[in-house]
Amino acid sequence: MTIQDPAVKETLLSVEGVDTYYGSIHILQKLSLEIKTGELVCLLGGNACGKSTTLKTILGLVPARTGSIHFAGIDVTKKSTPDRIKLGMAVVPENRRLFAPMTVLENLQIGAYVRGDPDPADLDRVMTLFPKLAERRHQLAGTLSGGEQQMVAVGRALMSRPRLLLMDEPSMGLAPRLVEQSFEMIAELHRDGVSMLLVEQNANMALSVADRGYVLQTGRIVLTGPASELSSHDELRRAYLGR
Amino acid sequence: MDTPQTSAEDSAGRAEVVLGIGTDEWVARHNERLIVDSGPLARLKDTASKIPNLVRWLLVLLIAVAVPLGTSNPYIMRVGVNLGLFILLSYGLNIVVGYAGLLDLGYAAFYGFGAYAYALVSSDQLGHHWKTYISVPIIVVATALLGFLVSLPSRRLMGDYLAIVTLFFGQVFVQVVLSSDSITFPWATDSIDITGGSNGIPALDPFVLFGHKFLNAKDYYWLLLAIIVILTLTITRINRTRIGRAWRTIREDSLAAQAMGISINRLKFMAFIVGAALAGLAGTILSAVQGAVFVNGFDLPLLTLVYAAIILGGSGSLPGAVMGAIVMSLLPEFLRVPSYSEILFFVVLILVIGAMRRSIKSFAITLLGIFVTGIIVRGIFLSLSVKSLPRDEWATGVIGRFLSHWLFVPNNRLLWGNASFVLLIALIAYLTQASPTIKRILLPVAAFLGIFLWEVRLIQQPSTTRQLIIGTMLIVLMVTKPQGFLGKARVEVL
Repeated sequence: MTIQDPAVKETLLSVEGVDTYYGSIHILQKLSLEIKTGELVCLLGGNACGKSTTLKTILGLVPARTGSIHFAGIDVTKKSTPDRIKLGMAVVPENRRLFAPMTVLENLQIGAYVRGDPDPADLDRVMTLFPKLAERRHQLAGTLSGGEQQMVAVGRALMSRPRLLLMDEPSMGLAPRLVEQSFEMIAELHRDGVSMLLVEQNANMALSVADRGYVLQTGRIVLTGPASELSSHDELRRAYLGR
Repeated sequence: MDTPQTSAEDSAGRAEVVLGIGTDEWVARHNERLIVDSGPLARLKDTASKIPNLVRWLLVLLIAVAVPLGTSNPYIMRVGVNLGLFILLSYGLNIVVGYAGLLDLGYAAFYGFGAYAYALVSSDQLGHHWKTYISVPIIVVATALLGFLVSLPSRRLMGDYLAIVTLFFGQVFVQVVLSSDSITFPWATDSIDITGGSNGIPALDPFVLFGHKFLNAKDYYWLLLAIIVILTLTITRINRTRIGRAWRTIREDSLAAQAMGISINRLKFMAFIVGAALAGLAGTILSAVQGAVFVNGFDLPLLTLVYAAIILGGSGSLPGAVMGAIVMSLLPEFLRVPSYSEILFFVVLILVIGAMRRSIKSFAITLLGIFVTGIIVRGIFLSLSVKSLPRDEWATGVIGRFLSHWLFVPNNRLLWGNASFVLLIALIAYLTQASPTIKRILLPVAAFLGIFLWEVRLIQQPSTTRQLIIGTMLIVLMVTKPQGFLGKARVEVL
């Protein structure tokens, strides 16, 4: 891990005491978390503990009933999803959710929607990062393999030059080899200075690349700390890491 | 010394398979797995697919320009104008449904609104005679505004919910027009007639543009052609821009679209507005070319036809919209002539059988089955001593004369026609449930019944048969090519 001076880091995203409901079902309970600029934070937890809901709440796809969300110094609690994206969030959704009947290029161009017309430089950057996509630029996104779709999903998110990249289960549905590749990709993005929130079930993998982590259990943060501490935490190891 | 050679061959063979890291073999060998048809038909299809899009557009344009230069036949020009209006409507609906994926069932009302608005400001009905270059732009903007108002509830509605709300709007429009022939305002004592009710509004002014008074259908034809060319260029362009892409993302996955920062409500409004404006424009032209306006042209039948056109052509495809409009507006004209519709009926029948019996052998057996069924039925009729209709009285057209040597047409056409109709429906309903063996046996019987019904009864009623044929063609097409003629097939790797 690179050594960074904690003093220069400023808070990019702060979620404070958020409660989220689906109808009358209470999902997130007084959830608070924080991401500093340049940090890679992972959010761990088992099935149905509220990981994806946390992400949706940050994005504004699910409203927070109490508490507040600040992004880049602005209160976004009441802002719509597109407005939050415009402020610099970008998401790699669960299951990638590419626009299947559109080409790879069109999918990437859509990623830059909030910036107006896509900047050729951004496109070049993504194509350099994923040379595979340059080859397949005119292929329909739905016909790509899982790994390539993951690249498009990440590339699409990067096209908006996000200040914060939210990743939902990047390992889901990928073969073990591709999971490794996609975590290499995440680590590389992190080295480039992209701030990230990584929502993952695969705790081992996530902690191997993250700076810090939060552990969610039935809608509550039960554990938090630097990644190195978390991966040696007895309880967590027993519960998630299986070592 | 054989070994090295083998291994060299082996490594050469493998070299094709060795792939870069991160490449899937399945995708890398994508091209090898494409199914390539053989035969003359497939070669023709292949050659046709190599013609660039621009050339195809130009070819269509060439024909569109050549027709009015070659003929001044008012009927042909009128059909051409109808086609132009149809294309305009299809373009508009294609944006709403094909691009943005909003199921708008009130679309015909925008067309009607444009038509009635033009009628009101260009006739003695209310005593207004606005100049064309003033009235048309105002009406287009007003229709766009109406589109915006209708789209307001669509903010939270998608799919079938939106469909039902817009369908309601479409029906409200028809009712309002029908009952606005005697409106009494609170401040007046006499009622006034705004829309003419079911009588419509007659004696409308024609277009006058650039000092030229539009006298016949040909003038409107040129106008429509110019509008369509401009629209084709514009829409193709928009489709490639940020807005066009964003529309398509809403159709595909509106949640993911939001997560890309796309304000889906604003884009839905825009789609509705553009679609409504085009329908409004088409409405004004319709009014002007007809010289009168009636409400019954803006009801469900029209809506069905426009939807059929864009679905037939492939929803979301501009060339598809043109092609669908051509089929849906020229086909009914073509089918007005009984001997043409007879040809088409048999072509459709052969295609249906061909689609169900793919191999030449089983196809031939089915044809033989139809022939034998005909002989048996003839025998039954003769043994029951049913009176037959003399050949000259029913055998019209080439096919009819040909069939008359084989087909027994009873004297009482009404009775036997209706009986065979009921029987055919029952048989088809049963066939959908039947096992493959029974299907194989009964398909010739069903086909024979179809032929019998056609020659005995349907050929006498062209208006009914037209709709039956169009309906059947749509069903057959949807079953064999669900994405439409020119639509993109949905390919997804799950």
